[in-house]
Order: sequence, then C-alpha cells, then structure tokens
Amino acid sequence: MRVGPPLIPLAATILCGCSSWQSALDPHSAEAGHLADLFWFFTAVCAAIWILVTASLLHLGLRRRRDGDIPREDSPEERRRKMLIVGALVALTAVILAIFSFASFYATRGFAWANQTALTIKVKGNQWWWPIQYESRDVTQIFDTANEIHIPVKRPVTFDLEASDVIHSLWIPDLMGKQDLIPGRNNTLTVEADRAGLYRAQCAEYCGLQHAHMALYVFAEPEKQFEAWRGHQLAPARPPASGKAWQGYRVFLAACAGCHTVRGTDAGGQLGPDLTHFGSRAAIAAGELHNTQDNLSNWLADPQSIKPGNYMPRVPLSDGDRAAVVAYLQGLK
Amino acid sequence: MKTHTVGSVADLPTTGFDSAALTWWGTLAFMSLEGSGFILAAGAYLYLMAVNPPWPYHSPLPNYWPGTIVALLLLASLPLNHLTAKWARARDLAKVQFGLVGMSLFGIAPLIVRWFEFPALNIRWDANAYGSAVWFLLGLHATHLVTDVGDTLVLAALMFTRHANNGRRFGDVTDNAFYWDFVVLTWLPIYALIYWVPRIA
Amino acid sequence: MSAAAEPLRDSALDDAALQSRLAQIWGTAPGFWGWLTTVDHKLIGRRYIITALCFLVLGGLAALVMRLQLGRPDNTLIGPDLYDQLFTMHGATMMFLFAVPVLETIPVYLVPLMIGTRNVAFPRLNAFSYWVYLFGGVMLWVAFFFNSGPDAGWFTYVPLASQEYDVGNRSSIWAQMITYTELSGLAVAVEIIVTVFKMRAPGMTLDRIPLFVWAALVTAFMVLFAMPAVMVCSTMLMLDPLLGFRFFDWKNGGDVLLWQHLFWFFGHPEVYFIFIPATGIVSAIIPAFAQRKMFGYPAIVLALIATGFLSFGLWVHHMFVTGLPRLGESFFTASSMAVSVPAGVQIFCWIATLWGGALRWRTPLLFVLGFIVNFVIGGLTGVMVASVPIDTQVHDTYFVVAHLHYVLIGGGVFPLLAGIYYWFPKLYGRMLDETLGRWNFWLAMLGFNLAFFPMHILGLMGMPRRVYTYQAEMGWGGLNLLSTIGAFIFFASFVVLLANMVRSLRRGETAPDNPWNAGTLEWATSSPPPPQNFSRIPVVTDVEPLWDNPQSLPTVDGLRADRRELIVSTLVDAEPSVRESSPLPSIWPFAAAMVTSLTLFGSVFTARAIEWGAIPIAIVFIGWFWPKGAREEES
Repeated sequence: MRVGPPLIPLAATILCGCSSWQSALDPHSAEAGHLADLFWFFTAVCAAIWILVTASLLHLGLRRRRDGDIPREDSPEERRRKMLIVGALVALTAVILAIFSFASFYATRGFAWANQTALTIKVKGNQWWWPIQYESRDVTQIFDTANEIHIPVKRPVTFDLEASDVIHSLWIPDLMGKQDLIPGRNNTLTVEADRAGLYRAQCAEYCGLQHAHMALYVFAEPEKQFEAWRGHQLAPARPPASGKAWQGYRVFLAACAGCHTVRGTDAGGQLGPDLTHFGSRAAIAAGELHNTQDNLSNWLADPQSIKPGNYMPRVPLSDGDRAAVVAYLQGLK
Repeated sequence: MKTHTVGSVADLPTTGFDSAALTWWGTLAFMSLEGSGFILAAGAYLYLMAVNPPWPYHSPLPNYWPGTIVALLLLASLPLNHLTAKWARARDLAKVQFGLVGMSLFGIAPLIVRWFEFPALNIRWDANAYGSAVWFLLGLHATHLVTDVGDTLVLAALMFTRHANNGRRFGDVTDNAFYWDFVVLTWLPIYALIYWVPRIA
Repeated sequence: MSAAAEPLRDSALDDAALQSRLAQIWGTAPGFWGWLTTVDHKLIGRRYIITALCFLVLGGLAALVMRLQLGRPDNTLIGPDLYDQLFTMHGATMMFLFAVPVLETIPVYLVPLMIGTRNVAFPRLNAFSYWVYLFGGVMLWVAFFFNSGPDAGWFTYVPLASQEYDVGNRSSIWAQMITYTELSGLAVAVEIIVTVFKMRAPGMTLDRIPLFVWAALVTAFMVLFAMPAVMVCSTMLMLDPLLGFRFFDWKNGGDVLLWQHLFWFFGHPEVYFIFIPATGIVSAIIPAFAQRKMFGYPAIVLALIATGFLSFGLWVHHMFVTGLPRLGESFFTASSMAVSVPAGVQIFCWIATLWGGALRWRTPLLFVLGFIVNFVIGGLTGVMVASVPIDTQVHDTYFVVAHLHYVLIGGGVFPLLAGIYYWFPKLYGRMLDETLGRWNFWLAMLGFNLAFFPMHILGLMGMPRRVYTYQAEMGWGGLNLLSTIGAFIFFASFVVLLANMVRSLRRGETAPDNPWNAGTLEWATSSPPPPQNFSRIPVVTDVEPLWDNPQSLPTVDGLRADRRELIVSTLVDAEPSVRESSPLPSIWPFAAAMVTSLTLFGSVFTARAIEWGAIPIAIVFIGWFWPKGAREEES
C-alpha cells in the first residue's frame, strides 16, 4: 500500500549516494558537515579507549594463571607503580574530556548567524503535520503551504519554530541538528544547504499517536528555480481544468472546505493543511504516502486506517465523487 | 564461623537521646527530603516568576496578615517547644505532660489561622500558574503543619497513659520537638516568598 | 528500671543455646500471618528483589512485543495506541519498578549483614515500603490490562500528558504510580542511611565500610535529595486534571519546560541510583574473585561521592534542543563530561585490582567483565551525547536508545546478574549451576550487543525514538530485524537464568557459609542467615574482616537474650553507644500501606478520595505507633 514511487530511491541514490536518505552522517550543509566531523572525531577517540580497556581485560584472560597463595595486597612497589599508572590514566581522561568540551564549544560557536537571512519561514508543529508559512514584511508576499519546504541553495534560511498543541521537534539531519517546537516558546533554526536536493525531515519529539508519520520534505533548489516556485505558490489556485475536476471542486466545497483552505476559492478552513497547490506536492499526510492518484484515493476513502488517530475524519463519498475530488486536488498544481 | 569474645556492651544505656537515637536520624533524614521538596516547590515558584514578568501574573497581591499571624504564633511556640524537649531529656513526666498540652494548643492555633490564609491569597488555584504556585506552597506547608500537630496530639494523649514513663517515649517527645522546629523554620522562607517577594519584585 | 530481675544476657548462654533462642526471638511466625507481618529485612529484601524481577519479566515482554512490531517496516502487528502504551510501560516499569527498586533494595537484604547488625533501622517502615511498592506496581499493570496504561512516555512530558491530550486518566495513573514508588524509595533511603550511620558493628570505622555499603549509602542520599523533585512534579501533574492547577498551562502563565527541569533534576540522578549500587556490586565481587583487597579503596569511595554530587548538575543535557541559552548548555556539556572522571577512576581501580590477582573464572566474574566491556561503550556514547552539537543530531533518535541501554543494561543489569550469581548461595543456601551460568552469560552478551549495537547506526541513519513503525524506503529494515533477533536471544538468557534458579532451589549443590572465600561479614554467618543474622555481634578489624581473622571472629557480648536488641554505634568511629531494642512483627505496616494505597488510587479519579482517606490513614498510623506493651517498646 505504501510503496514509494521512483522519485524516492532515485533521489536517495543520486543526491545522497548512501542507503538512508535521512542521515546525520551524510551532510549537505556546512553545519551538518561540522557536526559529522565532530562526531567522527569523538567516535575515533572513544573507539580507541574502548579497545584499550577491552585489551587490558583480554590480557587478564590470556596471561599465565597465577596460582597458590598470593598476597592479599600489593607490595609497596607494586602499589606505587599501579598508583602512577592509574593516576596517569585519570589525568589522561580529564585531558581528553577537556578537549572534547572545547571541541564541542568551538563547533557550536561557528553557528552564530547573521540576523539578516535571505528568508524566514514559520514552521509550526501540529499533531501530526507541519503548517508552513513563508514570512515577509510585504504582506502580499506571505503565503501558506504544508509539509513541504522549498529553500534556495547557498543562502541561510531561518525557520521560526512554533507549536500550539504539544511539543514537536524539527530535524533535517542532512542539513542541521534538531530544535524543539514548544508551545508558548519561540525557537529558531538556521540552515543553509550547500547542494540542491531533496532532504527528508521528521518530527523527533514524541508527540502522540502518529509521531511516526510526521515527516517534512525540504527541497533545496537553485535560486531561480526557487523564485519560480515561490511565485507560483503566491498565486491563487488554478481553476478546475476538466468537467470531472469541476465536479470534484463542488464536492470539495461541500465536504472538505470546513477544514481546508484553497486560496482563490470559498474553501477557507483552518484545521487541516492548506491545499492551494496540493497537486505540486510530493507527499500526502505528512510524508506518509507519495502523492499519486491511487494513494490519494485510498487516503480519502479511509484516512483512519492509514494513519490511525489523525484528525482527518472519514468523509463518506461515493466512488464517483471521490474520483472527482482526486482529479480536482491533483489538478491544483 | 567460630567466634571469640573481646568485649562487652552490657553496661551501655538502652535509650539514647538526640544524635544517639536512631529516630533522631530518621527525623533528620525526613526533614532533609521534605526540605528538598520545599526548595523545589519554591524553585518552581521562582521559575514561573522569572518567565512571567510582571509578577504576580495578572493577579492582585496576597493579603499578608493571616500569614504574618501564623508566623508570629509559630515563633512564639518555640520557647515552650524547647523547654518540653529539655524536660523530656530529664525524664520529668509532669512537666512533659504540661509541655505537650501547651504545644498542642500552640499547634492548633496557627492551623485555625491557616484556614483563613488560603482565601487571603486573593486568587484561586485554577486561575493561573501564579495561583497554582502559591496554593501549592501553602498547601505543602499546611500538610506538614497538620501532620505534626496530629503527632503532637497523639503523643500528648500517650503521655497520660501507662506507656508514658519510659525512655523511649521521652525520646519520641524530643524528636517531635525537633520536627516542630523544622515546621516553624520552613515557614519563614515560604512566608517571605508568598507575601513579600511579589511586593519587592 | 522497672524490671525486678536482671534480664537474660547472651553472655550466660553457650553458642548453640543462644543461636536457637535468638532465632526464636527474631523469627517470623510461619504461615500467611507471618508473611503479612514480618519485619525481617532479609524476608522483605528478598521479596523486593523477587517482585522487581517479576517486573523485569513484564517490562521485557513489553519490549519483545515492540521489537516484533519494529522487526520489519510498515508492520501492522500492533497499532500506535498499544505501541505507545507499551513503550511507556516498558520505560516506567524498567526504571521505577525494576531497576531502581532492585538496586536500592538489594542493600535492604545485604547491608545489615555486611555491617554486622540484626535488622535495618526502621523495620516496620521497611515492611510498609514494600507493600506500597507492590501495590503501586500492581496498579500500573492492572491499569494497562484495562487499556488504561500510560502512553506519554516514561518521562511524561507536558502538554502531551496534561488533561487536554490525556485520554482516560492514563497519565494520572503514571503520576500516581510515581507517588507509590516515591514513598517506598524514600522510606528505604532513610532506613539505609540511618542503618549505615548508626548500626555498624563495633570497630567498623568509615574506612572499613565495605564498598558495596558505601555505594548503597551514596545512592540513598541521592534518592533523598532527587526523588522529592519528581514527587513535586508528579503531584503538580496530578493536580491538573484533579483540581485544575495550571503549572504547565502555557496560555495561563504556566510553562511546559518547568516539567522538564523538575523531571530531569530527578531523572538524571535516577540513572545513578542504578549505576552506583551496581558499581557497589562490582566492588564487592572483584576482591573475592581476585582474592585480594581492592586497589584504591579511598579513591573509589571519593569517586562514588563525587558521582553522587555531579549527577545533580547534569539534568539540562536532556534539554539541549529545547532552545536554552548556549552558554548554559556549554556548562552542562562540561559537567556531563566531568562525571566520567569518577567513573574512570573506578574502572581503573577495578582493573588494577584484577591485574596481579589469582583470578577465579566463575560466572560472577564473567558478568563483571561483561559489565566493564559493555558499560564502557555506554559511558563513551554518553560523552558523545553530552556534547551539545553532537546531541542536536542524535537526541531523541535510536542512537540515544542504544546509549541508554548500554548504560542501564551494561552498567546496571550485568552487575545485577553478577550479584545474583554471587549472593544467591547466601540467600538460599544453594549454589547456582556453573555451566548454565556460562550459557546465561554468553547468551546475554551476544543477545544484548546484537539487540542494541545496531541502534547506534539506526539513530545516525535518522530513525527517531518512539515511532511505532517506519516506511520501507527509509532503509532501516535490516538493522531493525537484526536488533529484534538480538532481543529474543537476550530474553533467552533470562530464561536460562530462571531455569538455573529453579533447578538450583530443587537440587542445587548446598552452599557453605563462605563459598567464594570472600572477606566481608555477610559470609561469616550461615547460608541462608538465621533470623538474628549474627548470634554474637562481630568486632570489625579490617575492611575485609574475614580475611583479617580467618580462624575465629572477635565479637562482643552483653546484649539481652530475651528480646530483640541490637547495638547503636557512633557515626564515625562505630563505638557502641546504646543497646537499642528492635521492633516485633506487626500488621500495622500492611494495614497502613493498604489504606494509603487505596486513598492514592482513589485520588486518580477524584480529589475527594484524600478527604475520605484521611481518617482511616490517621487511624492506622496511630495504631502503628501506639505501644502494645511488648518488651521491645520499653527502654
């Protein structure tokens, strides 16, 4: 039922070149690169320590056994020798930890960002999807979307993080470490992708039943492509292009508009995601399904069996009406 | 395992007072853990105050009179409290009986005033987080007050029975006095926190 | 004073007569009544350990179901609602009902034996604490079987746990379970502290206290100062649905991070409630199996105390991605890393003791070495997550799941298993089988590492915690399957342990008093120990008294032989100062626990329960304290 379209494996192989496409160790930004470097540095030192400890225990097993009466305590010389070794090891531990602390501090210090970034995007966490709003001083430049963010490459972008129900956490491992979205508090996260690509993000703070299905796609695009996308998103929804889509539009207004907004129409509901350019999105239900005709139809037929507990009710539609709504929504490019 | 005797404890006393008694240490341990509870509750209050200026959060100031009277009554009880402990150490039953009756009265009086102290906070617990914090602090202390007064009453009754004239009972009296000191002393910072910190801040 | 005739003293009796007389005086009545009323620390300690192991099995089964669900992508074996209850139950059970109680109460059994006394300081409080713990645990699991298991995680973050998002009192059940375990945990901590401070055998000066007892003492102090934090916050959480308190209501002046601060102020030290006693077990076993005194005794004691202190300064490292000020976070990075210094001191001292010892390769030693190998991994990944930048990537991912299991299983369960093999003969008078022991060890080692090592990689591959499923395209399926297989192997190792215990109880080799030729006092008395522990109270001359006096143990006499009596000694020098009586068995602790538990249970649903419960509670506690005219109640 939830088999990915070619888009995903393709993106994974081409863009990441590794088996997972949501990886902390496959950085696509300078910051994630620093984090990965720091991680590998820690790992190398820690692995060396572990090998030394284990080797010293192995030595106990492999050496010639000492039998018979051995004294209950070390001789004074042996004691002194051991004290020296243990003391040196403790000192070494302290030095390593000091280096680690310093390296950590140094790595985060690099993240002091200029106040002025190219773009500010408000990312909200709802149970269990992501309302997105592109902010601007110019109110005509503000628009809403959901579960999908486009950013220009090589430009720092600020995410304003907010939540109004429970705590969520935005994590785009390929680009940056995570940051919580906390009700009553404002956090920010700044990212700058150094290569074009599709990056998957996922909610990292347990937020209830569908925590597992709360993903977000981040498309990093060349400046021109991004601007084209933004211009398109600012526009109201295009009118239905076929008779079937017109039928779908009417059904949508009657059955769906209470929760969903489609700009340029009478649909102005605020509870669910803004669907103005739904047809242009890659996924349905916060990354759970790829945006195909069949998936959309299944989703509309019974959202509760696909994503149990989510707030989209099962709206009874005839097969024809459902197909019409699918046609309409897919036409909202 | 085989044993051999190297000494005798036959001549040791069978009751110890204060730090020679297990119960004294037990009381001290309970005071420590309850004390950390008080500190954390006070910490929560200060934390909410720090994230929510101005303070009190959209609310009137509390009326400090009932709390002040409780503080004065509690302080006034201290001399008798210490005398009672002293008499108990001297195993003077008649004076201990007198002391415990007096301490019972000294316990009940602030409890009555405490009843009027809650409405004098001028806010309900469910109005906002500030209301919750002051009710929580006051309730926490009230619980300790009630418990120790109850303990004092039971002990006072016990000292008029055949079980009274016994080293162990006198030990209980000193421990009870020790705990009362704790109840009195914890009230002073909480009192300052509830009534005076919002006036200064 | 009132007694006309001089009471009977132990000095008037020969060994055999004294032994049987004291056994009768200190004994527990047979049958169900005796079972309900006993105040013997050994019976209660054993009961605690067995109950905690039962909860271990329940928590383990919950984990197996989760592992089955995660074994392949898009699995529909169980839905999110059950999964969320299961992982919450797993965490809450393992932390609050298994690991902390078992490691806090093994000392209830052992400390009096190790310090040469006859019971804990407050035996009735001890009995009370057990019943409260039992009722709390049973309440949690009964609620789960009625589909009301808590489902907001063992950390129960608000607002997810607050009234608005909490279905059917589930989080109130969690909060109330905390209250029960709080009560019992704090009561045990008070007992242990006073017992170790004031009841040590004559001559057991501070530098002769067994390291295990030091560890128990440090843990008890940590419990004393950390547990009130969770008591405060779980009460605040309860008061939300109960009376409409608004501590965490961010729309009305509350703050959701207040919960996290309070919870982790307790929650971080809690890890050390598990780890510190576990190191105490290790420090007890290593000298016995190397047959030589611990190298660096004072350093280890200082390390224990330092760990205790430092563990209170680490809680913010659980909150590195909540957006706290950077400078503060850096401080917590440094303090979190600093806590590895005392851990290092202990590990280096253990290895230094083992080097040059005549090692005896029996199961307890194997588990100790397994502990070092596994725990070091957990400790080192702990250093990694203490680094703010690294933590922003791995926080709330399977990397942390791997880390915490390496710390808690590697650092807690492996020593516990070592301790079970080590002290089982003392508790039951039977040896555990060595062959099965080796199977147990190697299966545990293999299963544990197979189950948890892949999780490090999964976390780095982007798998968040607490997800009930994941999509095939994520590429996490293979490692998850491996982990599931490992979990089953690990579980099998516990089945072997259980089989070994049952077999041993039925037809195990009889254990001598001191099967390992160890040096501490618990091995001076019979296996299992008589009700009075020691018929004559030993005089301690060394940190390993049995090695110092291999032929005959010096003792003191002069205690009464016609009532329960023990020695209270001075804090530092352990000079005997008082002969104090010790309480008789009593039904009141059970009654008090019953009434308290019912009241607390009622208050999950209505605040009125507190009012209704107040009077019976007052009655049982008066009943408890009111003298009954026994010899033990006089001075």
